[in-house]
Amino acid sequence: MAKAKVLVLGGGVGGTFVANKLAKHTDIIEVTVVDATGVHHYQPGLLYVPFGWEQPERLRHDERKLLHPAVQLVSAPVRMIDVERRQLFLLNDGTLPYDYLIIATGSCPVPEEVEGLAEGGHHFYTEPAALKLKEALNNFQGGRIVVGIGGFPYKCPPAPIEFTLLLDDWLRQRGLRSKTEITFVTPLPQVFTIPTVVPMIEELFARKGIRVETFFNTEFVDFQKQRVVSLEGTELDYELLVLIPPHRGAPVIDASGIGDKGGWIPTDKFTLQVKGHERLFAIGDATDLPVSKSGAAAHFEAPIVVKNLINLVNGKEPDAKYNGDVMCFVETGEGKATVLRFNYERPPQPPKPSAWYHWLKAIMNRLYPVALPRNIAPDVFIAMLQGKFSKVSPFCGSELMEKLKQDVMKTR
Amino acid sequence: MTEIKADKVVDARGAQCPGPLVELIRAIKEVPVDAIVEVWTQEPRTKEDTKAWCQRSGHEFVGAFPADGYERVLVRKKR
Ligand SMILES: Cc1cc2nc3c(=O)[nH]c(=O)nc-3n(C[C@H](O)[C@H](O)[C@H](O)COP(=O)(O)OP(=O)(O)OC[C@H]3O[C@@H](n4cnc5c(N)ncnc54)[C@H](O)[C@@H]3O)c2cc1C
Repeated sequence: MAKAKVLVLGGGVGGTFVANKLAKHTDIIEVTVVDATGVHHYQPGLLYVPFGWEQPERLRHDERKLLHPAVQLVSAPVRMIDVERRQLFLLNDGTLPYDYLIIATGSCPVPEEVEGLAEGGHHFYTEPAALKLKEALNNFQGGRIVVGIGGFPYKCPPAPIEFTLLLDDWLRQRGLRSKTEITFVTPLPQVFTIPTVVPMIEELFARKGIRVETFFNTEFVDFQKQRVVSLEGTELDYELLVLIPPHRGAPVIDASGIGDKGGWIPTDKFTLQVKGHERLFAIGDATDLPVSKSGAAAHFEAPIVVKNLINLVNGKEPDAKYNGDVMCFVETGEGKATVLRFNYERPPQPPKPSAWYHWLKAIMNRLYPVALPRNIAPDVFIAMLQGKFSKVSPFCGSELMEKLKQDVMKTR
Repeated sequence: MTEIKADKVVDARGAQCPGPLVELIRAIKEVPVDAIVEVWTQEPRTKEDTKAWCQRSGHEFVGAFPADGYERVLVRKKR
């Protein structure tokens, strides 16, 4: 019997985890990852780039090296998924047929969704943006910094809070904190989405003199006057604006007509199948699941997708269920961190921030590429020690992404 | 009272907080002044959050009405 062809679209966290786990089943399936750039971008490291605490080049890993040898890799952008004929159309001609498809195309920030934000605001969610913010911080001599959330949804919900706390550290180290007013803005009624985490963050912000402006739904940024205005009528003047833009799913999802209005794929929250398509699965940021868009969620979803897909191939029911598990370490400043662990049923109860969690996060950031379930990967480790990283620009914020976005707009 | 006619209805059933409120605010942005937006929610917090948001933003909280397995929360755009 011919082996079933499984394509994994996207070679980020979700795509790579799922492909490497599928590699154990190559007796019955053929696994190919199709990625736009062939560079695996470790995005959590971007948090440190604006402060000069991480080199952006070190976050670009060669996807081929991270994949199990039994997994094939096609480095080419996909223009469209043809779910009727079960094939992918590549941007530069050619098609790839599949029997099963796993969509792991992630999410990217879209500053253009807020008027004036692209011109007047900074963020650190893509490599080019993080580098631009680094330059702005280096030129910053004190004044008003407005930082926070520019719209929903966005990935890694704690990252803006972490950034704000690290910013406070950085300004103190530079002797600029007494000359700087920090205001954290959020569209929410409280400082964070998850109520059980709110008291801890409120206490940290109060202790560090960080002002909080809740119910701040950014309406527009008047970049000439350096003023940000909310729908609620609040106006804040700034010398530096750091607002995380709302995100969208990948342009290929819009182009294929399989997403909702935000470009997210309607996904069964338990089986992780794309709703209405038995042979399609979605994983990670690309889904519309009610969980934080995070690498951790993608990591916990991977074994469920593998089990259900293999069941289908064997003519069985996809009976494995994702329970919404997410876990992430959250920087709280002063060399400390905490951890959030939660799922669909159970909210997180973060422990008191400590240096221990900070070190765990630091170790994870360093060892992540080795931890991908590829079998032991000494070559990846050696390449890291030698400082050998990919030269290609990561997808989010790249010219390629802009081109794919523009192509979709033209056909709308 | 439950017969108030909304100009725009947003179905946010199944969405977790802050989803329904975010959807409501997005819809308020799009409608003209005096229009009523109605959001369908299964989150018990939406009603109180919406009230608080209306107080802050100067829009009118019209009311929250139980429906079949969800709640209809109505807001009139005031400015
Ligand atoms: C600043 C920052 C801090 C973060 N911190 C954390 C953290 O502490 N913990 C945590 O768990 N998560 C964190 N995250 C979030 C995490 O990085 C993402 O949630 C995770 O990468 C999602 O994985 P994914 O596989 O869904 O998508 P991605 O990893 O983004 O991968 C998507 C892939 O799809 C490919 N692709 C897209 N379109 C196409 C196409 N048309 N054709 C071919 N390929 C395509 C891209 O090239 C890319 O490789 C952070 C993110 C940021 C930005």
